[in-house]
Amino acid sequence: MTAVILFAILVLVGVAIWQITKIFELSQLRETKDDSQVANDKDNNWNGQLMFVFLVFIYFITIYSFWKWGDVLLPEAASEHGQEVDRLMWISFALIFFVQTITQALLHYFSYQYRGRKDQKALFYADNDKLEFIWTIIPVITLAGLIMYGLFTWTSIMNIEENDEALVVELYAQQFNWKARYAGADRVLGDANVRFLQDFDGLNLVGIDASDPNGLDDVIVQELHLPKGREVIFKMRSQDVLHSAYMPHFRAQMNCVPGMITEFAFTPSMTTEEMRQTADMTAKVNKINKIRFENSKTLIANGEEALDPYQFDFLLLCNKICGASHYNMQMKIVVEEEKDFNNWLAQQTTFAQTIQQ
Amino acid sequence: MGADHAHHKETFITKYIFSQDHKMIAKQYLITGLIMGIIGIAMSLLFRLQLAWPERSFGIFEVLLGKWAPDGVMDPNVYLALVTIHGTLMVFFVLTAGLSGTFSNLLIPLQIGARDMASGLLNMISYWLFFLSSVIMIASLFVESGPAAAGWTIYPPLSALPQAQPGSGLGMTLWLVSMAIFIASSLLGSLNYIVTVINLRTKGMSMTRLPLTIWAFFVTAIIGVVSFPVLLSAALLLIMDRGFGTSFFLSDIFIQGEVLHYQGGSPVLYEHLFWFLGHPEVYIVLLPALGITSEVLATNARKPIFGYRAMVASILAIAFLSTIVWGHHMFISGMNPFLGSVFTFTTLLIAIPSAVKAFNYITTLWKGNLQLNPGMLFSIGLVSTFISGGLTGIILGDSTLDINVHDTYFVVAHFHLVMGISALYGLFAGVYHWFPKMFGRMLNKNLGYVHFWVTAVCAYGVFFPMHFIGMAGLPRRYYSNTAFPYFDDLADINVVITIFALIAGAAQLVFLYNFIHSIFYGKKAVQNPWRSNTLEWTTPVEHIHGNWPGKIPDVHRWAYDYSKPGQEEDFVPQSVPLAEGEEELQH
Repeated sequence: MTAVILFAILVLVGVAIWQITKIFELSQLRETKDDSQVANDKDNNWNGQLMFVFLVFIYFITIYSFWKWGDVLLPEAASEHGQEVDRLMWISFALIFFVQTITQALLHYFSYQYRGRKDQKALFYADNDKLEFIWTIIPVITLAGLIMYGLFTWTSIMNIEENDEALVVELYAQQFNWKARYAGADRVLGDANVRFLQDFDGLNLVGIDASDPNGLDDVIVQELHLPKGREVIFKMRSQDVLHSAYMPHFRAQMNCVPGMITEFAFTPSMTTEEMRQTADMTAKVNKINKIRFENSKTLIANGEEALDPYQFDFLLLCNKICGASHYNMQMKIVVEEEKDFNNWLAQQTTFAQTIQQ
Repeated sequence: MGADHAHHKETFITKYIFSQDHKMIAKQYLITGLIMGIIGIAMSLLFRLQLAWPERSFGIFEVLLGKWAPDGVMDPNVYLALVTIHGTLMVFFVLTAGLSGTFSNLLIPLQIGARDMASGLLNMISYWLFFLSSVIMIASLFVESGPAAAGWTIYPPLSALPQAQPGSGLGMTLWLVSMAIFIASSLLGSLNYIVTVINLRTKGMSMTRLPLTIWAFFVTAIIGVVSFPVLLSAALLLIMDRGFGTSFFLSDIFIQGEVLHYQGGSPVLYEHLFWFLGHPEVYIVLLPALGITSEVLATNARKPIFGYRAMVASILAIAFLSTIVWGHHMFISGMNPFLGSVFTFTTLLIAIPSAVKAFNYITTLWKGNLQLNPGMLFSIGLVSTFISGGLTGIILGDSTLDINVHDTYFVVAHFHLVMGISALYGLFAGVYHWFPKMFGRMLNKNLGYVHFWVTAVCAYGVFFPMHFIGMAGLPRRYYSNTAFPYFDDLADINVVITIFALIAGAAQLVFLYNFIHSIFYGKKAVQNPWRSNTLEWTTPVEHIHGNWPGKIPDVHRWAYDYSKPGQEEDFVPQSVPLAEGEEELQH
């Protein structure tokens, strides 16, 4: 209902704008002889003043958005490299805000200050090599710094070295769900290919080659568990179209490409429980539950069921358009202490057990 | 050639339909572009309604989408189709053909002092190929399985496999055919622009005296000729994969319970081919808008454009760099991370010429005598959104930071501001400024002011909050975010965005009314309403074949002698000889 009312309001606003402009146009015809449709001093004056108001508007919408919606931004990173990423992000943001504030001020202030008047002449000022040099060299130096910092961080994130300590997990994507495969006791993922998907009456969920002994102890699950403080190397695969494994809280993302294996690695630095306890997350979850409670009222009034209260969990989302249910292709991620993780893993069914059933 | 034409009598068909006159072709491009723009913007309003009030029933959906909106609730497949066609129409049909096609055609011969384009016939064919591709694209909206729905980048395998989604069926075939014809049209146009600028400049119009508009159109045409054929090859290879069983982009696929035969191809190859055009395309869209802004800003500031040489150099630098940055769309595509480093480096370099342009525009305003006509307002607005949108490019171009904001709404906010809104402002600035030249009448300025101010407020109202949704981690191209309670607190932002979008849409109706009304009933234009220096204003208001009734004027100075000391008027047209003792500025 609110939607209908809002829509009606919008239509009315549109009509109102139309009518006001009509009135404007008609009154203009009557009141002055100047109908050249070229800006005169009066137009320059009020539009110049509006330029100044617009500058205030840009600042206002910036500050208002941060005040009103600052809390929707991602909370602190839950991975070790993520904190490095966030630091670079905030440095870049500080720079952007600085430049944005100054350049918008100059642009709109000049538009206001130098609004045209009949008795005024512009300054003939066509060139200044020194100025050009200054505003070439300043971006060069600033960007050189950002590039160096960025490349250093990028290399350290993307340079994935196989090692005995790391946990290897395969993320397997298909329209429209995720699966994860753990290497089992031998720490080696068995060979796999889509050709094997139909073996064992469809029980071979990710297409493991049953003739490869490394695959027999592999574990396939629908919920991703990760141990805190241990490096996880992800191997991504897709069976049909492009998908992208996006884990925003860990500042991690990599596309899943049919026909090839892509990689990403990170070390979780916070368990799910620890993240739930942070002040930011508690506040966010409270806010979300308040919204859900309000929405439930309407649902109940319509004779539908109320929404479940929300509890925070890390998420794996699909972030590459993949078809109709792209918007609901997700997997829950649980980060826990190493001990709990090992217990959980030991309870899962191995590939060998699955195919013997 | 112009003289021959003057003899034979023109019929309705040769004058208005199969015209070879560049001024008529420009109008045809503009009107076709505007129609495509109306459709593209209307689509965005439909999916904005869905995003603000997800899975809500709207009567308008039932009316417009028919079987794709049972009981007025939008189907996810049609949501993806709307997003895809919105992107395609706006990027290619409105901001490439509509912007570049209109103003390159109108202004190149008029501003360099030529009777027409080098080849009027090719020019006509170029427009009609564009028209044909538009018709096919619109026709694809009505096929049984729905239009293409794989995003405007149509990455395979999603776009290659009809089993993957309804939008990869006949709709996708028509999309590819339409784009192939569009590319042919664009290439014919671009070749014509390049040849015309090189060969047909009037006496005295050296390259260093060219208005910046012409520099921008000229360089844009070169980028187009270099990069569009690569997209054509990608489209052709994709057609082969779809129809003829080849495996250029496909390998190891299992879909709908079936293992497909494709072996050895790679979707990443497609991404390389697509973005080799796709990124230069951003500048194909943006450079003409910047060229128009340079001209409109200088004329209305009554001041020379600041740093003419630096402006030309930055256009050339942007053009060169634009062809070696495509990989920044692919940091997390699975390509070698070392390439990510290279592309980060080249991408951030492009900020330097862009910054030079922005600073030069601001300095052009300083101590000017600004005539705030609607075209001027849109030009100032362009500089504003170009800065706001361009700055976030520093984050997206940095591979490290891109990991987490890639394909989120942060990207949507970024490119809409820096290329969508900016180029649209460039288009509007051009229409307000050259409407008198095109139609011999003036647009109503007060309607223009309303159009600008409502649009300007709404553009920030729509895209500024969108950065927050992206930073919250919400992916783009999601039919709704109701599947994630984690995103429940984004609902009110989405409502705010949609309301601003609807008001912005309403404001475009004001423009549309002004445009149509003024073509027929606008105030008759004088020959040089903005008191501008460039040659197009020395032609008569009524269009004639060959542009100038007598001899083409010679050019004696650059285009920016505004408020030159020692001159009586605050402008000196390019065709006015240097006075005795007057020196031409060394630029």
